[in-house]
Amino acid sequence: MNSKYEAVIGLEVHAQLLTETKLFCGCSTKFGNPPNTNVCPICLGHPGVLPVLNKKAVEYAVLMGLATNCRINEKSVFARKNYFYPDLPKGYQISQYDLPVCEAGHIDVDLSDGSTKRLGITRIHLEEDAGKSIHDQAFETLVDVNRCGVPLIEIVSEPDMRSAEEAYQYLSKIKQIVQYLSICDGNMEEGSLRCDANISVRLKGETKLGTKTEIKNMNSFKNVEKALNYEIERQIELIEDGGKVIQETLLWNADLNIASPMRGKEEAHDYRYFPEPDLMPVIVSNDWVKEISENLPELPEARKQRFTSEYKLPTYDADILTSSRDLADYYEEVAKVTADYKSASNWIMGDILKVVNETKTSIKDFSIKPVQLGKLINLINNNTISGKIAKDVFPFMLKEGKDPEVIVKEKNLVQITDSSAIESAIQKILNNNPNEVEQYLSGKEKVFGFLVGQVMRETKGKANPKAVNDILKESLEAKRK
Amino acid sequence: MPVSKKDVEHIAELAKLSFEESEIESFTGDLNEILSYVEKLNELNTDNVEPLSYPIPGQNVFRDDISTPSASTQEALKNAPDKDESFFKVPKVINMD
Repeated sequence: MNSKYEAVIGLEVHAQLLTETKLFCGCSTKFGNPPNTNVCPICLGHPGVLPVLNKKAVEYAVLMGLATNCRINEKSVFARKNYFYPDLPKGYQISQYDLPVCEAGHIDVDLSDGSTKRLGITRIHLEEDAGKSIHDQAFETLVDVNRCGVPLIEIVSEPDMRSAEEAYQYLSKIKQIVQYLSICDGNMEEGSLRCDANISVRLKGETKLGTKTEIKNMNSFKNVEKALNYEIERQIELIEDGGKVIQETLLWNADLNIASPMRGKEEAHDYRYFPEPDLMPVIVSNDWVKEISENLPELPEARKQRFTSEYKLPTYDADILTSSRDLADYYEEVAKVTADYKSASNWIMGDILKVVNETKTSIKDFSIKPVQLGKLINLINNNTISGKIAKDVFPFMLKEGKDPEVIVKEKNLVQITDSSAIESAIQKILNNNPNEVEQYLSGKEKVFGFLVGQVMRETKGKANPKAVNDILKESLEAKRK
Repeated sequence: MPVSKKDVEHIAELAKLSFEESEIESFTGDLNEILSYVEKLNELNTDNVEPLSYPIPGQNVFRDDISTPSASTQEALKNAPDKDESFFKVPKVINMD
């Protein structure tokens, strides 16, 4: 970014709530069902039907509000947002306008320069999703109403972000929080988390906002960062060349890596909001908020702090391990089995996350259960196997899903800690390598490593390395006398 | 006049309605008459009155998050002017090229 300028970015994030049923009717919200099977007269927008609000959706919205330091409005009101589109059978979306469920919150994000920045949340409101239009047919558009009426929360930020990085961190944090709350699965690629951005640029020090554009269709985290950087550069270049930014809506094209304007007619926004006459004001009493807050799980920031104090982990480890609730849960299950918290962290951040990322599996479905990893660490710490052998056991655990002690037994990998067995192996090696012994005694102690290697080989890696070191040293020193 | 002919045309466009020139003129008059009638309300001092979002007192009732049977696809598509076995069909909205 040209250093004379700064960007001003606000994000609107839509999160699909993980309720069983839709916002205003009892149809299933299940994703991937055959088209037009999760539908009824209410979500099809038939005349004469009445919406009835799903209690759980309100609870989820309040949970998000509590987790992001919002004020929970005792009274909130649904409103009709009017527009015509084939995937919106009623001709209006039931949303909230001037009285949303939650207002005036914030979250703190960590930036790459080590600083922390507080970013404001203007509001969180409830609304229903639209259906799905399929445009790939030659002569008509096909409409599937299954998604119509699925509950969403829209989280609107203050225009507090000054770079694509800050926007990326904000979005990551929102995703982390909704996942911790288990109110949304946070999958941008599948559309359960969606993000639109409002962007303008201005000279640093300027307090007035520049003309903004809106970018839609950024369906991955990577695309959000790319699209924002693209648009920031475009606006700066335009202004530097003496041009003017036009207020418009742009669609991000992930194949071409450009944002192009939506055609004129689709952006004639004039939604004529008015209070939804079919729904009475929603009252969220203090008692109810209290009840909901009792279901508030430990949030990422608090859990990170606890990981550093309870398990004595470095911040770096705690940060990675608490990045998702599932991963943090996995770690804590391991920590129930072994008291070697740092080894548990090392195994998860190293060997396990490597496989998880490579195979794109979820840690929840990982073939090595936390208990098994804990047992593996204990096998090392009680000298049953060496750390090196553990690395050999790991792939078998991964492939066969068996307990580590079963694998160790089956493959006969139990470490030799019996010193007489180690001693006889050492004697054999010393007898077979008189030259190296001679060199060692004459001061070339580097050959010690070679001799250790020979002993380990003789014992097929099963000898306890520390015992080998100690006994070998003793035997060699004894020869000096 | 607070409502112009242009406003009426704009609202008609948003509502996907089309009118004769004479109708637009008469609607402009009608709308202005209605608005000037309710204009009287502006004479009241509402400084300490909460905005009304629903005309009768009461609050929302909730539904538990328990699923109920949906309609069959066949039933859902029954009234559609155009359809195939599983989708509603509408005139093309976007050209994908």
